[in-house]
Amino acid sequence: MTQTSEPERLVMHSGDAQQPFRYAVGRYGSRFFMALRDEKRLLGIRCPRCRKVYVPPRQVCGPCFERMEELVEVASTGTLVAYTILRFSFLDPETGKQKPVPYGYGFIQLDGSDNAFQHFIEIRDEARIHIGARMRAVFRDTRRGTLGDIRHFEVLA
Amino acid sequence: MANRVAIVGSGQTHHRTRRLDVNGVELIYEATQRALEDTGLTMKDIDGVIIGNMDHFEGINYVDCWSIDGSGGWGKPTLKLTTGGTTGSTLAIAGYHMVASGLFDRLLVIGWEKNSESDTTAAITTAFDPVWDRSVFAGAISGLAVEASVYMHTYGATERDAARVTVRDRRHACLNPFAHLRKEVTLEEVLSSPPLADPLKLLDMCPRTDGACAVIFASEGVAERICPRPAWILGTANRHLYTYLGDADYVGLKSLRHASRELYEKVGIREPLKEIDVMELYLPYSFAGLSWIEELGLCPPGEGPRLLWDGVTDLGGELPINPSGGVISCNPIGATGLIRCAEAALQVMGKAGERQVPDVHVALSSGFGGCWWSDLVMVGSTKPA
Repeated sequence: MTQTSEPERLVMHSGDAQQPFRYAVGRYGSRFFMALRDEKRLLGIRCPRCRKVYVPPRQVCGPCFERMEELVEVASTGTLVAYTILRFSFLDPETGKQKPVPYGYGFIQLDGSDNAFQHFIEIRDEARIHIGARMRAVFRDTRRGTLGDIRHFEVLA
Repeated sequence: MANRVAIVGSGQTHHRTRRLDVNGVELIYEATQRALEDTGLTMKDIDGVIIGNMDHFEGINYVDCWSIDGSGGWGKPTLKLTTGGTTGSTLAIAGYHMVASGLFDRLLVIGWEKNSESDTTAAITTAFDPVWDRSVFAGAISGLAVEASVYMHTYGATERDAARVTVRDRRHACLNPFAHLRKEVTLEEVLSSPPLADPLKLLDMCPRTDGACAVIFASEGVAERICPRPAWILGTANRHLYTYLGDADYVGLKSLRHASRELYEKVGIREPLKEIDVMELYLPYSFAGLSWIEELGLCPPGEGPRLLWDGVTDLGGELPINPSGGVISCNPIGATGLIRCAEAALQVMGKAGERQVPDVHVALSSGFGGCWWSDLVMVGSTKPA
């Protein structure tokens, strides 16, 4: 291919088409979301071998590769074990829009569980947020059976 | 038992923010041609191809088929592999496995990415569980920021300590003609760069890059005829430790710790700081250069900063890390892990040009998947027993 000048460098936009999905949550996830939606209760599950309690409940304990059946209620309070405050905006694949920032996001080890639960954290007063802070879930009045039924976790007074 | 395998050559593109002059297939062809030129082989000599990228960045899901015109895989066994950030390093592990099986003599391994074609954070976010993790998580940057905040809290490390990692990698990149970012930065420039997610700032993070890398693996008996000093694969390791992000342990990258323990035992390494001559590590951000070298056993937990400030990991130090400039200087994600392996091999082969570390016998390369999974590949100048 011969050319006498620099070729135009064309870029083609894919358009704004969505690609929707409908994910099956499964039996264990469904139990969690129904308890959250209907009773504002948080459920975990205990591994019969290692005795760890996981939130959210799931079918198998990964490290043991053992089926789990024993649902356990955990508290809606816990300890903040890790977090960050997002300050850069990015395209949210869930909404197709830029994510509003700043927002706080962290891992809360709910009282009674052995792993951490990931959710938004309320950041009105950033100085009160630190690893080790005691947190509590803030539930929405209208709940649909999604993680959004918890608005965020806030630092306990 | 496995047959012995060596890397006999490689090629990579000159990595850039945007390669608008080529489409993906043409980018792949560039790296492939350079690897063939490096080894003096032709595509007729190649028995098979494995290729990978992080599918979601380009939205093309059958790269094994789609890339045929560029990869040379036409009419040959051609397999795809995609594992997010570890794509490149997992490709290297798979290349080793396939040749070690005895079924292939000369295998072409290609990693590539055109990160410019999509929104990186949005694409990375789709790696995580759609029901439980995705709505809150903000791609790799948020996960890495969480890890950094835990590291600072646990050991008292500072943002300045982390910035020293960026300064090192960006300085090393100036010696690498293929690196994307080839301009030094100062500690102050890192510390005053725009905030992304506490405690991370722009210059704590890797860039987004378009680039490709191709590496040729050959079997014992064949490798020695292709090049005078092949880089023998001494061992590899790979670890995944969780499904949901809340199950990960944020005090230290456990997958890297486990993988390195397995690898060191397999290869017979007892004191990695002394016995390994150079490391090309997938450090996607600054704090990783403090924490993950502890996980690799170079020093006790919390002491990573000391190795940085003492110059141990600089070129000229006891164990140079990322003479290529690493990921902070260049990150075409599907290629990045393979570039680490290619650079480690170049060091062993004595072909690393201005970034050559003197007298390299053992080199380690790593791959990282964001978040939290790890690969390791160790290469050496002596054929394993």
